[in-house]
Amino acid sequence: MSTATVPVDSLWDRVKGYSPPPRYLPVLATLGLLVGMFAIGGVRYEGFSDPQVLLSLLIDNAFLIVLAVGMTFVILTGGIDLSVGSVVALSTMIAAKTLELGWPPYLSMAAVLATGTLLGLLMGLLIHYFDIQPFIATLAGLFLARGLTFLISIESISISDPTFTKLAFKTVTFGDYYLRWTAIIALATVAIAAYVLARTRFGRTVYAIGGNESSAMLMGLRVAFTKVGVYVISGFCASLGGLLFSFYILSGNSLHAVGTELDAIAAVVIGGTLLTGGRGYVVGSLLGVMVLGMIKTLISFDGTLSSYWIRIITGALLLAFVIVQRFATRRSS
Amino acid sequence: MPETQTGLQRALRHPLVWPVLALVVLLVVNVVAKPGFFDIRMQDGHLYGNLIDIVRNSAPVLLVALGMTLVIATRGIDLSVGAIAAISAAIACTRIVGAGDEGALTTAVMACTYALAVCIVLGAWNGFLVSVLGIQPIIATLVLMVAGRGISMAITDGQITTVHNTWFSDLATGYVLTLPIAFIIALGILALTAVLTRRTALGMLIEAVGINPEASRLAGVRSRTIIWTVYAFSGFCAGIAGLVIAANTNSVNANSLGLWIELDAILAVVIGGTSLAGGRFSLTGTLIGALFIATLARTVNNIGIPSELNYLFKAVVVIAVCLLQSPKARSAFRVRRSSGPGSPGSTAPALVKTGSAA
Repeated sequence: MSTATVPVDSLWDRVKGYSPPPRYLPVLATLGLLVGMFAIGGVRYEGFSDPQVLLSLLIDNAFLIVLAVGMTFVILTGGIDLSVGSVVALSTMIAAKTLELGWPPYLSMAAVLATGTLLGLLMGLLIHYFDIQPFIATLAGLFLARGLTFLISIESISISDPTFTKLAFKTVTFGDYYLRWTAIIALATVAIAAYVLARTRFGRTVYAIGGNESSAMLMGLRVAFTKVGVYVISGFCASLGGLLFSFYILSGNSLHAVGTELDAIAAVVIGGTLLTGGRGYVVGSLLGVMVLGMIKTLISFDGTLSSYWIRIITGALLLAFVIVQRFATRRSS
Repeated sequence: MPETQTGLQRALRHPLVWPVLALVVLLVVNVVAKPGFFDIRMQDGHLYGNLIDIVRNSAPVLLVALGMTLVIATRGIDLSVGAIAAISAAIACTRIVGAGDEGALTTAVMACTYALAVCIVLGAWNGFLVSVLGIQPIIATLVLMVAGRGISMAITDGQITTVHNTWFSDLATGYVLTLPIAFIIALGILALTAVLTRRTALGMLIEAVGINPEASRLAGVRSRTIIWTVYAFSGFCAGIAGLVIAANTNSVNANSLGLWIELDAILAVVIGGTSLAGGRFSLTGTLIGALFIATLARTVNNIGIPSELNYLFKAVVVIAVCLLQSPKARSAFRVRRSSGPGSPGSTAPALVKTGSAA
């Protein structure tokens, strides 16, 4: 069915004969799901079809998008990062505490990013050089980051720094619609990550490790650097996500973002990335986050469904995607 | 002399030496901080003291960890235990509240039986995803971990349900033969598991599946059935743990009940020396691991550190245990040590051990 074998006819024939490359199918399925949910919402609820609803999804889930981007890198190598939720909490707490101590806001942001990146580096080193399973090493990271957060303060600290509040509410308007800066940062992260994965040596090595680590090693690829690198990226993304979250919520609290790592993993899976590694796209993870956000929006527009349905529906979606993935890979192998 | 040396060496090489030593060190720290730590006295017809509290508090983690040990031995993992515990507690509490006679013994028994039956079904569902559909254990159980708390909240309708049933609350706070019932239940399940796995071929079959699923299948082991069974058992254990936790407060909060218990349970299993790579497992090790976690929580309180900092200590323990278990880290340390007088004798058994665990 590929276009090359069909003699070039009219545009319609080419459109009719076009089938997308199979590797894009999962992402397209997620896109279809998102569009379908948006359409259902638009038909059922008044005001749902407003494009601002979509932009608000981006704004509300900016931090989760960034987390999912980092998680995509890790999952593509066949690993997992459980620490991201705790790192988000730690980031909000570091930002709040350092601002309370009177640090300049940009120094405080740098401290947040440095901490997350360092934590990621430590976990990466443990995983690669001591052969500790990613699950366990990042579990230690989860405990460590949560514990450090409690160490800094058990009470919630609010953020009132003018630079932070200004950044938090700064918007870009397109006609009648607006987008906050945090969402633009998140989209920029997605764009950079997509470029890195598709066009750089590092990105190709990430896919190669996910495909088969020993083959990648035998090919002479820089496995050690890349494997540690993905956890550094995930740590950085987690702290950047934490920064965006502190803009969003303007407080530091040791109980922020409990269980967010599950949302991030779910978003990546729903976005079509294979959990065994080697296949997937960051754009899919962006769509996955949007789908999760869309569930929340649908439920809040509906008004009669309780909030716990979000978790049940997320679980059901996760199940559907995992099973479909499983059968897709079984057939191809 | 050589006799005693080999005896000591053999003792040091026993896999449970390090967990036991760690537990002893923790207890010593407690005694140093508070000399009266070990005091146990009789009060109201049962034993009372720090040690009794520790064994009682260790019961939920021990229960979950027992199921987890078998799951991990088959090279799997069960992330959904916290959610299953919440579902179990939610079912039991709503059924007790909804029953005609809320305080009766039969009400409590019926509610608990019903809850545990559902938990076994949920565990079997995990087993179905893993063994029949062939989904990775982490992902398969992640589904229920995400959805489970939602289901639990749907059962309690998002409310914190409080029950008034003395029989039910006895699960956590009652005493039999001067010991906490919760701990006795956990020990009972431990004994049952030990008999089933060590006195029959089941334990060996589980280890075989964990070491090499394909080879064990070719050898005629019904690996599907075994995997299915261990996940159902894990669900059952998580269900009992959920009942004990709910009985402790006489209420169920679907959001927070059993939160992170899966991580504690995995930690207990790992401390006990069971490798996450599957294969050999140690139930005694798991018991010591669960006691260690409960003692750690008590120690942090006892020496006057805010209990929230428990997480920091847990992180340190996870890293330390993993480094001790990691063959690479061991060999790195050994290379440094063997620059001294020769130690070929000590490297050989280590290699054998790592070979069989991997």
